[in-house]
Amino acid sequence: PSQCDLFCSQNYPLYIRSVPTENELKFHYTVHTSLDVVDEKISAMGKALVDQRELYLGLLYPTEDYKVYGYVTNSKVKFVMVVDSSNTALRDNEIRSMFRKLHNSYTDIMCNPFYNPGDRIHSRAFDTMVNSMMMQVC
Amino acid sequence: AAAGTAGLLLPLSETEQQRYSELFSRCCPPPEAAAGGSSVGELFRASQLPPDTLHQITEVCGAKRVGYFGPAQFYIALKLIAAAQSGFPVRIESIKNELPLPRFMALKNDTEVRYGTPAEFHGVKFQVPHATLEKNSYKRTDEGDKQEPKSPSMSPICSPPASPSTYQRIPLSYGYGKARSGLEQQHGAPYEVRHSTHQPDGPSSGNYGAKSAVTCSTPNRSLSVEREQQDSSTQYSDDPWRITEEQRDYYINQFRSLQPDLNAFISGSVAKNFFTKSKLPIPELSHIWELSDVDCDGALTLAEFCAAFHLVVARKNGYQLPETLPETLLPEYLQAACLKPMRDCAQFDSYPEPLPGSQQARDFSRTEKSSAEEVPDNSALLQDGKKDDKQALKVSTTLKTIPKEFQHLTMKAAAQEPHALRARPRSRSYSSTSIEDAMKKGEEPPTPPPRPQKSHSRASSLDLNKVFQQNTQAVRSGWLPPPPPALPPRPSVSQTEQPSEVELHPQMNRPPSQAEENSSAKKEVVLAQPPSKPTRRKLRTEAQGLETPELSPTINVTSSLPAVKPHLPVQKQSSKQKRAIQTAIRKNKEANAVLARLNSELQQQLKEVHKERIALETQLEQLRPVTVL
Repeated sequence: PSQCDLFCSQNYPLYIRSVPTENELKFHYTVHTSLDVVDEKISAMGKALVDQRELYLGLLYPTEDYKVYGYVTNSKVKFVMVVDSSNTALRDNEIRSMFRKLHNSYTDIMCNPFYNPGDRIHSRAFDTMVNSMMMQVC
Repeated sequence: AAAGTAGLLLPLSETEQQRYSELFSRCCPPPEAAAGGSSVGELFRASQLPPDTLHQITEVCGAKRVGYFGPAQFYIALKLIAAAQSGFPVRIESIKNELPLPRFMALKNDTEVRYGTPAEFHGVKFQVPHATLEKNSYKRTDEGDKQEPKSPSMSPICSPPASPSTYQRIPLSYGYGKARSGLEQQHGAPYEVRHSTHQPDGPSSGNYGAKSAVTCSTPNRSLSVEREQQDSSTQYSDDPWRITEEQRDYYINQFRSLQPDLNAFISGSVAKNFFTKSKLPIPELSHIWELSDVDCDGALTLAEFCAAFHLVVARKNGYQLPETLPETLLPEYLQAACLKPMRDCAQFDSYPEPLPGSQQARDFSRTEKSSAEEVPDNSALLQDGKKDDKQALKVSTTLKTIPKEFQHLTMKAAAQEPHALRARPRSRSYSSTSIEDAMKKGEEPPTPPPRPQKSHSRASSLDLNKVFQQNTQAVRSGWLPPPPPALPPRPSVSQTEQPSEVELHPQMNRPPSQAEENSSAKKEVVLAQPPSKPTRRKLRTEAQGLETPELSPTINVTSSLPAVKPHLPVQKQSSKQKRAIQTAIRKNKEANAVLARLNSELQQQLKEVHKERIALETQLEQLRPVTVL
């Protein structure tokens, strides 16, 4: 079980997807609390350089049965991913690449002139990508 | 006589039965026993068979004998029409075969008929095109969900044929197969919408208004006729996702109205305004954009624009949007088609018998389809396998603009998913680079707002396309910033840098052949003494695609270069060579110094940039409202 979320700079959600869909509320709660951690990390960076390493925030915090990873773009759009702790095969690099894919797809959405930044994301291509990615994880 | 024809046991399949009875009731109002001659005549003419064939059919089916079209005669006649359209001779024997349903041009749907009686139909026809087209498309979207994407109903709307171009259009519209003409008539409708809303392109609007008028003149005669759907979707000319020549021309004209240069892009906002006028709901337009903007750069090339326009048109005519871009709408396919329009015309316009034409055309598309079929995923983005030159350039642009670690990752991702190879040179340069890489690449503008926003990228793509137009034909290298504008700090050091640059290049050119570096490097040094800045840039641009992996080692190489050099002359005995080598060493040392200086200068610049950035960030912090969660 895992979940993938996208939050905009004002911290309201642009996109939420869980696999499987039960326990979703718990995931939502986790993700919202993790936003605090994300903000903490962002503010800690402060004037640091913006480079790849800092977009990826890494493991935000582990809880008893799942891990939360964060990623923030330059425009303060936050990606949060919750994965099951039992999924030990998931390496950091894989998480990074998943975030990168997410970021790429997000940029594609941005390129769509019909998309207003700040809207919920309804793009089918994005959905497909996220689904396939989460299938890999689960 | 009735017995004579009825004695012929006519095997009718269920669909045929249904169709024929519908047609018959169309031509023959229920109380009567026989179809009216005029409506039958209209129907027959709509089948587009030559008149003598029609006469033959009338004879053979027995109507001439009995003097009227009873049900039996009518059914036989329909079967014969089908036979004739399939290429069989008009004989009683032919209809014993399995035949597709006879096809009639310019037919309406059932629903259309239900909505409008012929009287209303006429009235509707002569209303103001704009208003009625709105109604038409509104109706269409209602029906769209109900119907499967079968034959779109004919647009009953036509503006009064005012211009003489009407007559030119006639042969064209007749020349097309029925499905296509139907589709065109549909397109006539939304064309009108768009024309009236935003395009004051007089002649073409007149043309297309006239076209729908023309195609309405056929319905004029065949109002009550219903078109039949091709039995199978393998019928090539029926493919709604195929763009006809006329449609393509229309799209190209529209493109021109937005962007005079056919090889350039239409930016996203322009396209957005344009397509919003079609009054499709935004989510659908968004989806259409996603489908058609294959390389996801926020701008549409001509091919992409045609695809998008075609999708809009199709959607307005009631077709459901596909989940992925059909092969016939892919940019490569469209570009290929665009490039040889005349040949395609020959294929597409051969409509005396739709089947042979479709046969050819089917084969034509088979090459594309077969390669497309292998792609498992349904995303249009996975058609990378077909892009040959585009991919090559994209790969090279990827290599050019992405520092090596990104290149790595892009490649890795490409291994995992073909679509990631869809190069992202617009790349994550802003997200990626360390200082080193930013320096090394040197092509990203070193000045502040370095993050290419959408608009920035697009603007750059617009400019760049013109720049690269000469070099690359219809290939988008939009994400490669042209060297000239991106190297403002360089010119000051370029002169001193040149010898080292040129040395770098020979170095880069022969990384494996260290052995022969001795003589070759020497020669390079000697020959390359007066390098010019354009040469350097040219070398950079052209060679860079191949040599980016080596770009990072170059700086190391430079330092090693003088180190390597001293070893080599050990072999040579002649003093002249020794001297030459020593000069080379000296020059390399100079180059080294120059590069070191360059390094420090760039570092300095970087510091300044950082300072600016810090200043901006503090400003931002101050401006931001206090409550930040």
